[in-house]
Amino acid sequence: MALLEVRGLEVTFPLRGAALTALRGVDFTLDAGERLGIVGESGAGKSMAAFAILNLISEPGRISAGEILFDGRDLARLSDNHMRAIRGNRIAMIFQDPMMTLNPVLTIGTQMVECLKAHQKIGEAEAKRRAIEKLREVAIPSPETRFDSYPHELSGGLRQRVVIAIALLLDPAIIIADEPTTALDVTIQAEIMGLMIALCENHNVGLILITHDIAVVSEITRRLIVMYAGRIVEAGPTAELIAAPRHPYTRGLLKALPQKNRPGGMLHQIPGTMPSLAAIPDGCAFHPRCEHADARCRRSVPALRDVGGRLVSCHHAERIS
Amino acid sequence: MDTLAFLIRRLGQAVVVMLVISVIGFSIQDNLGDPLRELVGQAVSEAERQALRDEMGLNDPFVLRFGRFLAGAVQGDLGTSYFFKRPALEVILDKFPATFELVLAASLIIVLVSVPLGVFCAIRPNGWVTQAIMGFSIVGISIPVFLTAIFLIYIFSIELGWLPSFGRGQTVTLGWWTTGLLTRDGLAHLVLPAIALSSIMLPLFIRLIRGEMMEVLRTEYVRFAWAKGLSSRRVWFVHAFKNTLLPVITVGGVQIGTLIAYTILTETVFQWPGMGFLFLEAVNRVDTPLIIAYIIVVGLIFVVTNTVVDLVYTLVNPMVKITGRAA
Amino acid sequence: MSAVRAALQSNFVYRFLGDPVAMVSAGVLLLFVLGAALAPWIAPQNPYDPLQIDIMDSEIPPVWQAEGEARFVFGTDAQGRDMLSTILYGTGISLTIGVFAVLLQGLIGVTIGLISGYYGGRVDGFFMRLADIQLSFSTLMVAIIVLAVFQAAFGVGLYEELAIIMLILVIGIAEWPQYARTVRANVLAEKEKEYVDAARVIGLSRLRIMFRHILPNTLSPILVISTVQVANAIVAEAALSFLGLGMPVTKPSLGSLIRAGFEFIFSGTWWITIIPSIVLIVLILAINLLGDWLRDVLNPRLYKET
Repeated sequence: MALLEVRGLEVTFPLRGAALTALRGVDFTLDAGERLGIVGESGAGKSMAAFAILNLISEPGRISAGEILFDGRDLARLSDNHMRAIRGNRIAMIFQDPMMTLNPVLTIGTQMVECLKAHQKIGEAEAKRRAIEKLREVAIPSPETRFDSYPHELSGGLRQRVVIAIALLLDPAIIIADEPTTALDVTIQAEIMGLMIALCENHNVGLILITHDIAVVSEITRRLIVMYAGRIVEAGPTAELIAAPRHPYTRGLLKALPQKNRPGGMLHQIPGTMPSLAAIPDGCAFHPRCEHADARCRRSVPALRDVGGRLVSCHHAERIS
Repeated sequence: MDTLAFLIRRLGQAVVVMLVISVIGFSIQDNLGDPLRELVGQAVSEAERQALRDEMGLNDPFVLRFGRFLAGAVQGDLGTSYFFKRPALEVILDKFPATFELVLAASLIIVLVSVPLGVFCAIRPNGWVTQAIMGFSIVGISIPVFLTAIFLIYIFSIELGWLPSFGRGQTVTLGWWTTGLLTRDGLAHLVLPAIALSSIMLPLFIRLIRGEMMEVLRTEYVRFAWAKGLSSRRVWFVHAFKNTLLPVITVGGVQIGTLIAYTILTETVFQWPGMGFLFLEAVNRVDTPLIIAYIIVVGLIFVVTNTVVDLVYTLVNPMVKITGRAA
Repeated sequence: MSAVRAALQSNFVYRFLGDPVAMVSAGVLLLFVLGAALAPWIAPQNPYDPLQIDIMDSEIPPVWQAEGEARFVFGTDAQGRDMLSTILYGTGISLTIGVFAVLLQGLIGVTIGLISGYYGGRVDGFFMRLADIQLSFSTLMVAIIVLAVFQAAFGVGLYEELAIIMLILVIGIAEWPQYARTVRANVLAEKEKEYVDAARVIGLSRLRIMFRHILPNTLSPILVISTVQVANAIVAEAALSFLGLGMPVTKPSLGSLIRAGFEFIFSGTWWITIIPSIVLIVLILAINLLGDWLRDVLNPRLYKET
């Protein structure tokens, strides 16, 4: 059985009169120690999916349908107290911008120790020892002194290491990383990503990697989910998906990458922009930007269906590839 | 670290502001008070007046006269009150405890009421209690402090007869300090003035704390704190509230000055024998040395509180240790 | 392009009609303005004309009290003046001082804000430092001291004649930093935008760019600040008059009416103080509620203390 199973997840924002649906019918699973990638442009709903797992969607949004099965329990219906015991403990999260993730007025040590104490009955000295041990594990130089530092005294790369250390503190079963390297210098992106992968492997932690960069996930995840306008448009084994995308949106994302074998060539761009939640087009949400769109695409929403061992939601999935 | 350099720079700034205030004080004295009139009256000939002026150094250049004024001021000599026939500074300082205790009591009320209410309104932004508090706060902001004072007197003194409406009541003398905090009567007299004085700042602080706290609650680090599985109490009162404090301290520091200005109004309504009440009396009597002494003492209080607030800010915010105010 | 104009056209009126608080506030304010403007025609009595006042009429309670008289709806004060008339005239004086003081604030503040934001560098540093220092001293404190000194210097007689001008000047000059900071922040943000570059490229002069292109875009924050500032100015005037540093009792604003009545409150003659107090509060509340509503609707970029 899968470690985490998300079924028919739907998130809505009730606003005056109308309700905006931010996520619709999202299904996926994650096995123990597995690495799953979720890609899409900003606004596709990938971060929303991540926050929904931890029940941390910002007000007034809420999970309006679906279930999130973890450890035999449905996280979508768990009480606040039970949910709190899972957050940071069994499922941890790594945020995008390490400059904003750590509280500026608390020391690194305080922010680590409080997390340990929130989940385990443990003394101050023991908590400090374990925190320093984790700091050492993420290769932070002189962890004993860093323990008493404030976040602003550390570089962006070091801060993200601290955030990773906090995520690993309680040996979680799953880590959700939301664009963990996007805000960092290009030179240290690979380094941080490498560290994260290595640690997840060592501790057999399942990783959900959320990113807009299809190149990053293609190297490190086994399975891939592509999202567009709050829906999954394509899902399957990473290697196959990259080699032969079946959804025009996935193709667009891949084409937008610089090609190694064609240096200097023109970069492809998907025309148009992601629609806002308030103005999702009828039919297939992608049709205004799609070169294959026809009358049917404008009229009916394509179902997510199995096409050659992979899930695709496109009326023309068989024609494309 | 560089805290020392910051301290020195801040003190230098304070000295400059005090210098400017003394120039203003001196110019007032120079143009407003005629020491001769006080000394000799009208029945002296013009020639004799001039001789006397020369003798007293009143015809010396501005810089020289200002120098003398400043030298006196530094030693605590701000002239003699025309009315009280006593050193002006002494007269003012006699009234200082009354004003200080009023401001202290009002500040206490402000902190004890606005912090819990502001935090509550931020945590439950949509509840009806919050709506009610926010509604009251805009009504509160619209009632001038002297009207609150008048209404309080009208209701609690005149109609209900519960609390006294003027003076400090019975006081106890401790060295040079007279306090009304140690007697029942003194405390009873303090209640209405303190509430009136705090009333104007309360809505402001509730709104400020709520606004800042709501902004902090939307930050990534608070979201991360939730994601760590911390208790609501820990997230609200350690992660969010500590960051809310910084801007509140800055604004609060500025508001202390306003609070002192409002003591003039409060003291007038309640006939509270403090510095503000004394100042208005001095204005009506054209008691120039007393007016100037008040300006300089109040200027000093402003400068000292602002400096202290900056220092407290430095202590609370780990990020300003090196760069000064910038975050 | 102007945010104000866009809001006016699209949902400004719509949202106004959908918000009862805003509508009642605007209605009350309009009532006050009309009442004050038409005071010479609608007031039962001219409180400035000694011939119309009879000292024998003094301290008559409002009409709903047992001893009230129909001639004097809100009763009379200690000099026998009709309260309703003095309030109508007094509201006019309070509003006049409030509006002109804010116009002066705006003129000084917007000019300095534009210059500071557009030129930057040393000019900016100087003005903003000045604004910091000025704001660290309370406006009311500065106003009290300045007016007290002038009163002492002029003597009470001359001062009373000049009071209205002095009040406008002092309240007007003391509060310019509010405008300067907000306008400056907006100019800094607007300056980055393309249309300013475009204007510069086609060779428009700096002055022209500032007044024709940047200023219109800072109108909505100015509007929001102005509403609150008018309320503040009226409160400041009332406070100063209450302390005896503002309008004289012979030509009373709401504040001086309250001051004049305050000594009678202990002898049971409450209406001389309480009625003008309530009028003042309702006026301020109406303006503040409108200001709050405007801020919500226009949502401008306001200067924020850091």
